Amino acid sequence: METINYQNFRIDAENICVDYNGKVALYDANLRLKPGQICGLVGMNGAGKTTFFNALTGFVNISKGKIRINGESLRSAQKDQTIAYVPQNEGIDSQFPISVWDVVMMGRYGSMNIFRCPRESDVQAAKDAIERVDLTDHLSTPIGNLSGGQRKRTFLARAIAQRASILLLDEPFAGVDIRTEKLISELFIQFKSEGKTILLSTHDMIHVREFCDLVLLINKTVVAYGETSEVFTPENITTTFGGISPDFLFGPES
Amino acid sequence: MELCYFLTLDSFITDPLTHDFMRKALLMSSLVAAVCGFLSSYLTLKGWALMGDAVSHSVMPGVVVAYALGLPFSLGAFIFGVGSVALIGFIKQKSRVKEDTVIGLVFTGFFALGIVLVSKIKSNIDLHSILFGSPLGISLSDVKQTIFISLLVVILLSIFRKDLMLYCFDPRHAKTVGINVFFLHYLLLTCLSLAAVVGLQSVGIILVVAMLITPGATAYLLTDKFDNMTIISVLSAIISSLIGIYVSFWFDLETGGSIVLSQTFIFLFAFLFAPRYGIFKLKKLFAGYK
Repeated sequence: METINYQNFRIDAENICVDYNGKVALYDANLRLKPGQICGLVGMNGAGKTTFFNALTGFVNISKGKIRINGESLRSAQKDQTIAYVPQNEGIDSQFPISVWDVVMMGRYGSMNIFRCPRESDVQAAKDAIERVDLTDHLSTPIGNLSGGQRKRTFLARAIAQRASILLLDEPFAGVDIRTEKLISELFIQFKSEGKTILLSTHDMIHVREFCDLVLLINKTVVAYGETSEVFTPENITTTFGGISPDFLFGPES
Repeated sequence: MELCYFLTLDSFITDPLTHDFMRKALLMSSLVAAVCGFLSSYLTLKGWALMGDAVSHSVMPGVVVAYALGLPFSLGAFIFGVGSVALIGFIKQKSRVKEDTVIGLVFTGFFALGIVLVSKIKSNIDLHSILFGSPLGISLSDVKQTIFISLLVVILLSIFRKDLMLYCFDPRHAKTVGINVFFLHYLLLTCLSLAAVVGLQSVGIILVVAMLITPGATAYLLTDKFDNMTIISVLSAIISSLIGIYVSFWFDLETGGSIVLSQTFIFLFAFLFAPRYGIFKLKKLFAGYK
């Protein structure tokens, strides 16, 4: 019998269940991801994608199951700034009076002192992160004045500044311009080579084929999970989307 | 004769200062306004206006009971303020009733309890001063309490300034990087209850919610920077309370109402003429002349 070395897995979610006041949002879900893997999370609206993210960030408590991050508990992963969450553009208040710099600096809060006074190293990390997403000209721009793509890049920069080894991205390609999309895909390649693990939710099936090594199809629980080439089949997709044929979803081409 | 006073701005300002109760009222109301203004920027960004209304009304029975038992009224108010929020959370979780309905029914229930208690407990409680505030008749022990609570709130908000901003903006990120969101939630609620307690002396229970949301809303229209928003909010709160007290002195008007009305006017001014977000966008008007 093979013994599993849990430290090999960046994310190891085992039979996790989440319910909100007795309403089951996700049950018996499993996911194992290694360093450098990119996994797509695909499912209908309300299938539990956001719940899955919430469980992995610790934003909701799981009622059953176990989550290990780099072999450790979720709590110590939070303390170590291991996980970064990049929200959907709709998920944030774009009118909040805050600049690009402030948002990126928030990526460093977890490792600062109680007053959140930035040290030299924090400033440097934020600067580097902003440079990588090409927003150096917008340091003091309020986020309300940014385009959708720029706002997405701001939150990516926050995740980079955090130096997280796991990135959870909620619809990273939704509502972004071509330039941002290209930049994100370049970043993905860099992240992969840095050994970061990425879990991203998307509605766009082409992005799954393009970027994701693995795919996790969910509908309240895992419908199928594995290598994209093997698992991302029309049959599985149809099951995931409750019987709607993939032709209808992406046109007859795919 | 009295009209002549207004001709000289100097005596308009200095004459009231010769009265001891006016000096005290101006100082204490400015302090209270500053505290409420500070908190206001968080409450407006978090969308807790209704929560502010609920807490400030719910402190009523606490104030009455504390007076009757001879305890510091802030203690009673604080217990009922936090209690109302706990009850709102409990009912929301255990029933299918929507949150705004729960908030509405809980705080009116508490408020009604307070009014009934006042009529039952025969003591020297002045219902009018609880409901509408009495900054001109503030007692020495009230002054001490107000200063203590105000300092406490300001210190707490200052220490957790950035964490609270993050909590209002993106609680999920806060949680993800190991910041105690539960603690911040209750910290903000605690500050809200305490601010409501000191605020009700100035403008009374019914209007204290204005102190907690109007300055923040005004500042929100005037800036895109969080720190500036806090500063503007505090300043506009202090200025309106000074204007309100002076106006109420000279024209013999209800003080609490005058203070809140000043805040409303400052908000309306920002609403109409704020450089970027006002209806008439002053910036554009001036740009047109150049």
